Amino acid sequence: MPTCKQASKLISMSLDRPLSWSEKMQLKLHLLICTPCRRFKKQLKLLAVALKLRRTMIENDQDIKLPLDVKNRILQAKESGSMQKPV
Amino acid sequence: MKDNINNWLNEHGDYLYRFALARLKDPHHAKDAVQETMLAAIKNNSYEGESAVRTWLTGILKHKIIDLQRKQIREQPVSDIIDLDNSDTSMDDFFDQSGHWLERQTLNMPDGSLEQKQFLTILDACINKLPAKLKAIFMLRDVQEVENENICKELNITATNAWVMLYRARMGLRKCLELNWS
Repeated sequence: MPTCKQASKLISMSLDRPLSWSEKMQLKLHLLICTPCRRFKKQLKLLAVALKLRRTMIENDQDIKLPLDVKNRILQAKESGSMQKPV
Repeated sequence: MKDNINNWLNEHGDYLYRFALARLKDPHHAKDAVQETMLAAIKNNSYEGESAVRTWLTGILKHKIIDLQRKQIREQPVSDIIDLDNSDTSMDDFFDQSGHWLERQTLNMPDGSLEQKQFLTILDACINKLPAKLKAIFMLRDVQEVENENICKELNITATNAWVMLYRARMGLRKCLELNWS
């Protein structure tokens, strides 16, 4: 039976790679008896949802505009054919 | 050509900037990414009218964003990554010696929309508190949803390293949320 420390790592890793059969079984068993790890698993799921929401909100925020200085720099660079590093 | 650039900037500049900002967080980096995208677009002029201009520009921008993140990560000292191999001793903040949680995992995520806005503000602040390298890999994986395999290739790290770094980033973030939310 994995400890909470090992179980939490498996939960996190399951977001990045498929767990092996034995890892899955061990984690399942642990989650059956461990409330904090069940909560942790749920929290990571909600975190992923929150991150998606955050991204969408920024992408759709019409108040965020490309700053004028960037526009000007791009146009200038186009004129002179050289590229100036933004400050 | 000049007209093209003006049009592109007017029609897609804001969109591209928001796209970059959502993934890079830092406005300076987002500006850099958009500027480099536009200049690459002018230079290569590889647009063949097969896809929408916005899709084409966004494709270039995605690469520029990853380039910038790779640079950020490379500028960090290597020792950060090596330490992570020893992840067992570095998780002492979260677990006792027998591997049990030190805390009861009481974080409650929001449901209402006003709460949501406040929560996202705290989430942003907590992401910023992550160590630079963890933040960068976290942004790549959990915000941009880049495949792990590609992250390892881009950053030249092993899969195990990537998993451990992401684990630490998520643990740190969760803890920060627990302290500053609920």
